[in-house]
Amino acid sequence: MDILTNLVNWELYLEYGPLLLSGLATTAYICALATVIGIGVGLAVALLSASPVPPVRWLCRGYIEIMRGTPILILLFILYYGGPEIGLRLPAETVGVLGLGIYVGGYFAEIFRSGFQSIPVGQIEAARIMGLSSGQIITRIKIPQMLVLIVPPSINQVIILIKESALLSIITVAELTKNTTQMVNETYAVVEPYIAVALLYWILIEGVAHIGRKIEQRIKV
Amino acid sequence: MLEYLELISEHIDTLMYGASITVMIAVTAILLGMALGLALCFGLLSRHRWIRRPCLAYQSLWRGTPILVQLLIVFYALPVIGLDVPAIVAATAALTMNTSAFQAEIYRGGMLTLGHGQFEAARILGIGVWPARIRILIPQMFRLVLPSLVNETISILKNTSLVSIIAVTELMRVSQQIVATNYRALEIYTATAVIYILMNTVLSMAGRYAERRFAATS
Repeated sequence: MDILTNLVNWELYLEYGPLLLSGLATTAYICALATVIGIGVGLAVALLSASPVPPVRWLCRGYIEIMRGTPILILLFILYYGGPEIGLRLPAETVGVLGLGIYVGGYFAEIFRSGFQSIPVGQIEAARIMGLSSGQIITRIKIPQMLVLIVPPSINQVIILIKESALLSIITVAELTKNTTQMVNETYAVVEPYIAVALLYWILIEGVAHIGRKIEQRIKV
Repeated sequence: MLEYLELISEHIDTLMYGASITVMIAVTAILLGMALGLALCFGLLSRHRWIRRPCLAYQSLWRGTPILVQLLIVFYALPVIGLDVPAIVAATAALTMNTSAFQAEIYRGGMLTLGHGQFEAARILGIGVWPARIRILIPQMFRLVLPSLVNETISILKNTSLVSIIAVTELMRVSQQIVATNYRALEIYTATAVIYILMNTVLSMAGRYAERRFAATS
């Protein structure tokens, strides 16, 4: 115990605990919003990339390739520092949510696309012959069947998103990493803040993985 | 448009210099990570608990925390333990340890797909454990994991952009410096994005070529 009390100054956590926890809350809600945007955009792009109109398909392909080919940091910089040049002045947090959302949208689109492709054409044709509308085909035939296939990679993607959200600290969003560096700067302590931040990210990510396993069990039955 | 091209051509040399540093860091991290990842992979597959457990802990730690936090820890913690290394070394070390954890998982998947029979057969023929791994298992496994390995390389190339925050002058940092002098954030950062996309496109094309090339021999 002596080593533990010498190595780690536990009193620091009393003082900075609330700051770290509020950072964790910000990280969690930014990631939740970004996931919702990402799933929306991803679903739209995945549906449109099967469009019979070639330019629409090219646009979707281009969007996916750009999102998957650029670092998220450069996208955040374009939005945050480049935005004002064309009159787009957004607060850092909004840039964070939007940036992460449209970035992860490219990855979700790819996951959904592979999900849609897994459904045999025969089923779609059969559904159409039975008089189902294309909306009904998507919600009743395609989505329920592809859920089993897309839930594991989607959860994986959310976990990657949580870790990418640490970058928002660079554009001054007060999330977990930002608050941790603030603690480092104010206390000159290195060990305590970084142990805490690693643990808090780990807890958040384990939580998401746990929810993912629950969802997987539900849809399997 | 013309004005945009003029602006970019004015800075293209600096951007290309940054891109070359980016490529250098990414290649070093991937190659060193490959060696470390292979060792880690055999550690994860080991029969001995006291080899397996530490390897699992290492892997879980590097895969479970943001790479930005890892960079900060390596960069600020090394001087604390008395190792004063240049930023670029700390950056490459952090990326190497990060990719080794991800690559180990890729190789582990490849080894499991390969099955145990090949290894057993080699052992019965009197080939030692390490020669069997190096000359029989690893070459076959690489062919299986090539697509995942290309993906990992692309993600490391993208992650090198984070190295800019610890003042390594790679592509991202160089474009930040240009923007700091001329305030043309939109133009410069979009050009930087295009350079990243080009590098990644070349990588994925090379990956597809390699896949075809090695698939043909089997």
